Amino acid sequence: MLADMMNTLIQGIMLGGLYGLFAAGLSLMFGVMRIVNLAHGDFIVMAAYMALVAVTALGLHPLLTLFIVVPLMAGFGYFGQRLALNRVVGTGLLAPLMVTFGLSIIIQNLLLELFSADSRRLPLPGLDTASIPLPGGISIGVVPLMMFAVAVAVLAGLGWFFRHTMTGRLLRAVSDDPEIVGLMGADRRHLYAIATGLAAAVVGIAGVLMAVKTNFDPLSGPTRLLFAFEAVIIGGMGSLWGTLLGGVILGLAQAIGARIDPGIQILAGHVAFLAILAIRPQGILGRGEAP
Amino acid sequence: MKGPVLRIEDVDAFYGDFQALFGVSLEIAPGEAFALIGANGAGKTTLLRAICGLVDARGQSISLAGRPIGGCAPHEIARLGVAMSPEGRRLFPSLTVAENILVGGHKSRPGPWNRREIEALFPVLAEKADVPASRLSGGQQQMVAIGRALMRNPALLLLDEVSLGLAPSIINEIYEVLPRIQAQGTAILLVEQDIARAMSATARFACLQEGRISLAGQSGAYSRAEIAAAYFGQEVA
Repeated sequence: MLADMMNTLIQGIMLGGLYGLFAAGLSLMFGVMRIVNLAHGDFIVMAAYMALVAVTALGLHPLLTLFIVVPLMAGFGYFGQRLALNRVVGTGLLAPLMVTFGLSIIIQNLLLELFSADSRRLPLPGLDTASIPLPGGISIGVVPLMMFAVAVAVLAGLGWFFRHTMTGRLLRAVSDDPEIVGLMGADRRHLYAIATGLAAAVVGIAGVLMAVKTNFDPLSGPTRLLFAFEAVIIGGMGSLWGTLLGGVILGLAQAIGARIDPGIQILAGHVAFLAILAIRPQGILGRGEAP
Repeated sequence: MKGPVLRIEDVDAFYGDFQALFGVSLEIAPGEAFALIGANGAGKTTLLRAICGLVDARGQSISLAGRPIGGCAPHEIARLGVAMSPEGRRLFPSLTVAENILVGGHKSRPGPWNRREIEALFPVLAEKADVPASRLSGGQQQMVAIGRALMRNPALLLLDEVSLGLAPSIINEIYEVLPRIQAQGTAILLVEQDIARAMSATARFACLQEGRISLAGQSGAYSRAEIAAAYFGQEVA
């Protein structure tokens, strides 16, 4: 009984790592450019399909597809920003919403056209069911543990990048004052494209991990977007580790919900989100100011 | 003799339909300090913003060391050697003092200024290196803004209202460093409300009135009445 409870909690926390990854890219784009990317979930699903193609066409191991998917996504993010999104940065909230919403519809339909509506998954033969037994009947799945470790490593890497590199500092600076960044010799269109490229690279990692973990289909993007939103808002806007915390809380709520009744897994996550929004609207690690 | 570091000829500038500058011309020599004075709304800040590309100056005759920069993007002009300490200082609040200084060095020109030199110029910046810039006093923030601009090793440094809201002792401290900046070959274009201070810190000046240069010449060569007339556009007894 206790072991069951522990296993549920561990599953929730590990799942939270994936949600934290979902959320990191969304949070990064909003933090730097004040753009809410409504196509974020579809970017994740698109990355999953890229991995699928790499596996079927090249016969790669699913995890090795990261080396193809992440650079492709980063390039897609960089040039997508330069060609399309840069035109609407700084014009308020509505225009970016419209553009990314349109992008979301385009991606969904393109994926439907290319891959049909069948639900897919990338199995990891041998690893899928492997777990590390701990004393007391508790066990940790190898794949979930790996996902959580990747999430922590990615967030730590992003944190380091923002603190210790010139580009990272400039990205924080452009978020503070886009006009003055120009006086530092930095082209903000390039900085914005780097931000989106970085977000898309993280999305690439999240997409491959998602493809390994769960089923996906061309229309499953909006649900991932919702999870990402919830994780960002639970954790607190603008806090990198907050996105992981938000993801973990969301994952825990879903895991506990699923344990009570498999039918309420997703609902339990939404309820936890609403509860936190009601109690602490700025998020757990939020700075208390209006976003 | 070397040519001017900045040459502006017959420059107009607009905010939408509103014309803020009318046919402004001036030249600044390398290492020279030049004061731009005038009442609020006379166009001083607009001129500085046009020089660094923050106001559209397409087709305008602005050149930096002989190279036309009118209409260039701000980051291009910044890389060519124009730096500004903007009005209101405009530090990056989520960056520390040291980080604010460091971003000034992004794609900067080679030259004598680096973080160590700037911290030697304003020792308090070394003390407060890891403090968020937003927590500093106004005077300290002004020092960060100047340090950030100096990190670019500019050929031309634009200083917009560096004394605004600061205590006189702090203002003195800031003005004392200007000759050391000039000594490195950097020209300074100074916008200042305090006319006496502006005149004593510079060799030449221009006074803007409603977007036009109403008086220009050697600093200190004109009487208070002449300057007041240029400032306000009427004879003042």
